[in-house]
Amino acid sequence: MAENETKKGLNKNSNIYIIVYTIVIVAIVALLLSITSGALKERQDKNIELDKKKQILSSLPAINLVGADAEQLYNETIKDYVLLDENGNTVTTGVDFNYKVADNELPMYIAEIDGKTKYIIPLNGAGLWGAIWGYIAFNEDKNTVYGVYFSHAGETPGLGAKIADKEFQQQFEGKQVMKAGTFASIAVMKEGQEAEGMDKVDAISGGTITSKGVETMLKDCLGKYSAFFGSNIQEDSSEHIDAETTVDEEEINNEEETL
Amino acid sequence: MKLSDNVKNTLLGPLSKNNPVAVQVLGICSALAVTVELKPAIVMGLSVTIIVALANVVISLLRNTIPSNIRIIVQLVVVAALVTIVSETLKAFAYDISLQLSVYIGLIITNCILMGRLEAFAMGNKPGAAFLDGIGNGIGYAIILIIVAFFRELLGAGKLFGFQVIPQWCYDHGYVNNGLMVMPAMAMILVACIIWVHRSVDKDLQEK
Repeated sequence: MAENETKKGLNKNSNIYIIVYTIVIVAIVALLLSITSGALKERQDKNIELDKKKQILSSLPAINLVGADAEQLYNETIKDYVLLDENGNTVTTGVDFNYKVADNELPMYIAEIDGKTKYIIPLNGAGLWGAIWGYIAFNEDKNTVYGVYFSHAGETPGLGAKIADKEFQQQFEGKQVMKAGTFASIAVMKEGQEAEGMDKVDAISGGTITSKGVETMLKDCLGKYSAFFGSNIQEDSSEHIDAETTVDEEEINNEEETL
Repeated sequence: MKLSDNVKNTLLGPLSKNNPVAVQVLGICSALAVTVELKPAIVMGLSVTIIVALANVVISLLRNTIPSNIRIIVQLVVVAALVTIVSETLKAFAYDISLQLSVYIGLIITNCILMGRLEAFAMGNKPGAAFLDGIGNGIGYAIILIIVAFFRELLGAGKLFGFQVIPQWCYDHGYVNNGLMVMPAMAMILVACIIWVHRSVDKDLQEK
């Protein structure tokens, strides 16, 4: 009671009272928040790391994450995390999972499914409202897509957000990024349209900008790895040079096929 | 006896007679946003209940010290701090749920029910009563959300909690999911229907 009276005597609407009150409240809240943040940081980072591992595994269609221990599955499946240089050569192996990749380094996860090597490349791009990202896994031939995983920060539900759906992602399986010895990427186009000189998947109707974002992301991110994709062809070079010198012939053949 | 009547009114009033959504028409924005499926609706209802109750208690404790010139700001700071703590805790202990709720948790700050209860009740009542009021209003809000989400998920996707409930033979005989149900506008119409039914059952609520 006495306390209340002194408080009333304080004149709660005076400027000094208001300023002091604000400072005290803000200081208490700031302290509380920083304590919470500090105490939970470690657990949160662990969750984020585990989530990233789940996303990487999601690019492999053979892996079923439902009810599985993602951590253990990751350790069993992903054999190595390496960095490549611009020429497609492996520079560093056994990179730490949380390593911050520099601009001129190209990260790649090496997975093994049923004794076969798969190469997983991380993707980053922009959709309509915000960031989109994903992982794309390639077969041993360093050309054919084994599987993809896309996610997004806030694309429109029911439209652009469909890039995270299995139906959209499954289209990519079996597509090839190299055409006639050069890097061509994969087009994301309206149903019925044909992409010249590259493989295509159907875009999402109503999600044109997000679909284009996926296309650009694939082109930009995978483009940096073009030397890596090409390296396989150089290995069995005799065949390849043959193919290049007889390009005209091949083109004619192709035309015949399409006819 | 009188006290228990009071307790009953504060706790149970918001469930029907004084429902924040159906009678006070507060919190409509989030009722449209999170009711496409049942699961996020329930989690949202639960989070709002917890946060209204806690914010009510804190504001009620501070009510005699808060300068009336800046009371809205103080209320906002308290709510924002609580929401951030809940969101950080979810990220640490239930990461999948926090991914699903992503923006909605942040949106609790702007939920009109919170500010409404803080301003109308917590500023003038003791912490115990304020706590009950928060729980009551949170549950009242959650009930409406769950009813709306039930119809939207059932008619819009043929599912409940993500499980298919409308059998395949219905689709084979020409039944089609109502695409309108997935759009926010349909939530508005459903809320209106709830208000209509509510008022025709409880005639006291009808305005003259």
